[in-house]
Amino acid sequence: MNWDPLFITLKLAVVTTIILLVISIPMAYWLVNTKSRSKPFIETLISMPLVLPPTVLGFYFLVAFSPGNAFGSWINEWLGLKLVFSFGGLVLASIIYSLPFMVHPIQSGLSTLPHSLTEASQVMGKSKWTTLLKVLLPNCKASVLTGIVLAFAHTVGEFGVVLMIGGSIPGKTKVASIAIYDEVEAMNYGAANFYATVLFIITFCILLMVYLVNGGYLKRFWK
Amino acid sequence: MIKIDIHKNLSAHDGNMNLHINCEIEKGELVTLYGESGAGKTSTLRILAGLLKPDKGEITIDNNTWVDTKNKIFLSPQKRNIGYVFQDYALFPNMTVLQNLEFASDSLQDKKVITDLIEMMELGELKNRKPQTLSGGQQQRVALARALVRKPDILLLDEPLAALDYKIRLKLQDYIAKIHHEYGLTTLLVSHDIGEIMKLSDRVIVLEQGKITRQGNPGEIFSNQNISGKFKFIGEVLKIEPQDVVIVVSVLIQNNVVKVIAEKSEVQSLRIGDKVMVASKAFNPILYKIE
Repeated sequence: MNWDPLFITLKLAVVTTIILLVISIPMAYWLVNTKSRSKPFIETLISMPLVLPPTVLGFYFLVAFSPGNAFGSWINEWLGLKLVFSFGGLVLASIIYSLPFMVHPIQSGLSTLPHSLTEASQVMGKSKWTTLLKVLLPNCKASVLTGIVLAFAHTVGEFGVVLMIGGSIPGKTKVASIAIYDEVEAMNYGAANFYATVLFIITFCILLMVYLVNGGYLKRFWK
Repeated sequence: MIKIDIHKNLSAHDGNMNLHINCEIEKGELVTLYGESGAGKTSTLRILAGLLKPDKGEITIDNNTWVDTKNKIFLSPQKRNIGYVFQDYALFPNMTVLQNLEFASDSLQDKKVITDLIEMMELGELKNRKPQTLSGGQQQRVALARALVRKPDILLLDEPLAALDYKIRLKLQDYIAKIHHEYGLTTLLVSHDIGEIMKLSDRVIVLEQGKITRQGNPGEIFSNQNISGKFKFIGEVLKIEPQDVVIVVSVLIQNNVVKVIAEKSEVQSLRIGDKVMVASKAFNPILYKIE
């Protein structure tokens, strides 16, 4: 059995989730606190992947990053990045595609915290950054965890975007979801079933863990 | 000495209001801001703390300028040395009582302050508990202690006792009086409770519609005439019952009900729930030791 697609899926999901976590926290914090007029536009852009067919996103990525046009060749020459049909491209596309799944939970978690917590910390002479890391985030752990898990699970479940931008190159960009499709096309139901079962179990376990942790079941169990 | 002279346009629920505060507060004074809700009391505290920017004006503390809109000076809350007790206490739920106090301190600061405060506010047994497991009064004590960790120049208390029941309120008033004197603080208190104001404050500033309308010592402010009585208590009218020729008014003073005989003309303007001062000067009180 070829384990490569599963490893690539896992690698993609882990890398994407870590990068998303790092960029989503400041983004969510900004969205909660800003009074800028651009906020609705930024929010719309972040939420677009929720409603847009993944193929639309994939198509534009493909066009934008293709070495055949100015932008794509510029990235290729100046940054040395080839984003079409490469793992790097997959990561970038997944980040944008799963962005709302990370930003929204963190944003709503932060916005439910009373504003006086931030102000109390400010009055104590603490910077915004210290306040965010030591006061705000620890008090919305559940939301951050939800964000991490949803982004991870959503990346595992990607199909359209990765197919368009990744191109299903075995051992490089062929993730499990695409492998399933390929195996079914080839009437290879056994292999398809194998990938499908593994994905099913992984996502079930991850989601179950979130509900257990956020519902406080684990704490009760340990006590 | 604190000098405040600020203007701020606030949007209240019934249209805009121009907040204009012009006053001075001496070092070591305990001053109460009194007024109806929406009169601008909390906004004044927030402007002092730097959480709200005034449209124009100046705030100077001793000789340091905190705000001077003409010269574009606005010190951030982080740079003002202020203790602020929020209406909802704003204790950090992820930290224990001790961690809440430690978070407030500077890294260079002597940790003895925290030990002292824990002792003074009687928090020793609670120090490893999380705030959400504490009662309202206990949380309030933690919030007070936390506000003092940085040895602030000014202590700002925004209706600190409003959410507590009567007995605990009385006890916490004693704590506030104690810390105010012991730490030589300059304290600005927002309060609705006239009994509390009489007990704690040196001076009352009355705000109406964003303007200071009166100020003076609490006795002057809350009684229409100056009574040089031997006894003066503030209470709340509970009952007004006519009996034969006189009218008996029951007044709640702290947690005792006192019956006062009044004449018809005196009672006319009184309603149940009104704050009244019970004063007397014509007789000699007798002291009994209680043990």
